[in-house]
Amino acid sequence: MSDRVVRIAAGQGFWGDWLEAPVRQVRGGPIDYLMMDYLAEVTMSIMQKQKSRDPRAGYARDFVPLMERILPDVVERGIRVTSNAGGVNPRGCAEAVLEVARKLGLAGKVKVGLVTGDDILGRLDELIAGGHPLADMETGRPLSDIRDRVLSANAYLGMGPIVEALRGGANVVVTGRVTDTGLTLGPIFHEFGWSPQDWDKVAAGTVAGHIIECGAQASGGNLLKGWRSVKGMADPGFPIVEASPDGTFVVTKHPRTGGVVSVASVTEQLVYEMGDPHSYITPDGVADFTSIQLRQAGRDRVRVGGIKGGPKTPMLKVSIAYFYGYKAVGTLVYSWPEAYDKAKAADKILRQRLADLGLEFEQILTEFVGVDATHGRLSGPADPNLAEVQLRIGVRASEKAPVERFTRELAPLVLTGPPSVTGFAGGRPAVEEVVAYWPALIDRREIERYVKVETLTA
Amino acid sequence: MKKAAKAKRPATRPLQLRWLAHARSGDKGNTANVGLIALDPEYYPILVREVTTARVARHFKGMVSGVDRFELPNLNALNFLLHDALDGGGTISLKTDAQGKVYSTALLRMEIPVPVALARRLAPK
Repeated sequence: MSDRVVRIAAGQGFWGDWLEAPVRQVRGGPIDYLMMDYLAEVTMSIMQKQKSRDPRAGYARDFVPLMERILPDVVERGIRVTSNAGGVNPRGCAEAVLEVARKLGLAGKVKVGLVTGDDILGRLDELIAGGHPLADMETGRPLSDIRDRVLSANAYLGMGPIVEALRGGANVVVTGRVTDTGLTLGPIFHEFGWSPQDWDKVAAGTVAGHIIECGAQASGGNLLKGWRSVKGMADPGFPIVEASPDGTFVVTKHPRTGGVVSVASVTEQLVYEMGDPHSYITPDGVADFTSIQLRQAGRDRVRVGGIKGGPKTPMLKVSIAYFYGYKAVGTLVYSWPEAYDKAKAADKILRQRLADLGLEFEQILTEFVGVDATHGRLSGPADPNLAEVQLRIGVRASEKAPVERFTRELAPLVLTGPPSVTGFAGGRPAVEEVVAYWPALIDRREIERYVKVETLTA
Repeated sequence: MKKAAKAKRPATRPLQLRWLAHARSGDKGNTANVGLIALDPEYYPILVREVTTARVARHFKGMVSGVDRFELPNLNALNFLLHDALDGGGTISLKTDAQGKVYSTALLRMEIPVPVALARRLAPK
């Protein structure tokens, strides 16, 4: 028991990640758990929109064909899967997985743990009336300001229901808005039987979850330090945590895969999306990232230890998505000579035309790709001999009409503006609906009594 | 020159952070964060001393509304929060870099004073 490690492998770092990764994690070497994170901040609202059109939709659809590919191996090797692919319809997702299991002839061998209770869209009015303002954590505005535009509202759940589902025998756990880190914490706490009040252990599992939640971004992907020397990225090994009963763990990847697991690769992931490093707050506890000790313990092996944590807070974070307005972004390409000057002249003409039309925008943003699009004025003076410059203009408004008209003002520049312009083959830019994110806090007791874990059998 | 290096306050010259650190950035709403990591533990004290909140705020002047700095000596890293850096952030933003993914390298453009001998060792000829 004391030497036993639990291996948790990252399969997806976001909805849209490399589809081969989970297959290779399952077949490339021993693992105990496959963790698949699908939910970014506004993903829930996209799923809510899909569900409003089709009540069977509202979850990460790719998850189902993926499970069809890996379920036979998952069952044969005794691997268990934790995923928040359920989105705003975890039950629909769970049923789709069971359907696939039956189709594969795995009836009786697949138990799906279904976690619900994070979705509070139907309870919002009751909660607001009950004295929960659900104010925006950034601006302090109360939710009542935008109540009629809310599209989805989900509380972030922690590891609790995942531990419960695993204890109930589930080999696939499907959830809605469970934190990325909870998908890793759940398996570790279940395996080692740790107390959820052992705050240092909670913090250690949280750090493990944070390191692997973005997939290959911890194992060579997007690695700036020595990026040229990262080999084999056509077939990157996604990260694997080998957790030990003492609360330490090793980050590694399967042998014969590309990428690298080094102190540098893990450190870059640790600081990703970091706020105050002393208090990384999750529903399960608060981790102190200034306590983390990293050591290279072999090729593609980083040992992580020393992690300290504190108790969980009385509040849970709520992720609310609401309709904000409309936007569109269009581009044109100007070529040498004087490419930048031509692009600037075109921008000036376009802005004049928008003003002459009396169109009102909340924002008009111009970037010159090749000159200043990513670093603004820090880019310094443009090279006068640039081969080409892409003019990129975006507009945003609360009404659709001005944005729609903007999309028709770009193409005319080709024949009515500066010369040597091209790159308009894509046609008019699309008008996009803007769905914005509203982070709020709520008393965890308002959520926890609604959380439910069911076990469904194929 | 050797004498200058041995003096109490060695002569310095400006050097871009790219020769001393690597970095990764991300977003939280309309705030971008940049984790700045010393390429060698030996450089970390220089980062702590020279990459101050005020200097970073000046570097990003006009691009962000405020800067917070946190120290992570255990990782030889500093974490910076750059407020109002993303034109509203996430889905609202019209920026190419709506999620602040390359604010990391924008910080690496910053120059700080480093001892001449070290600058000579690190910067390309």
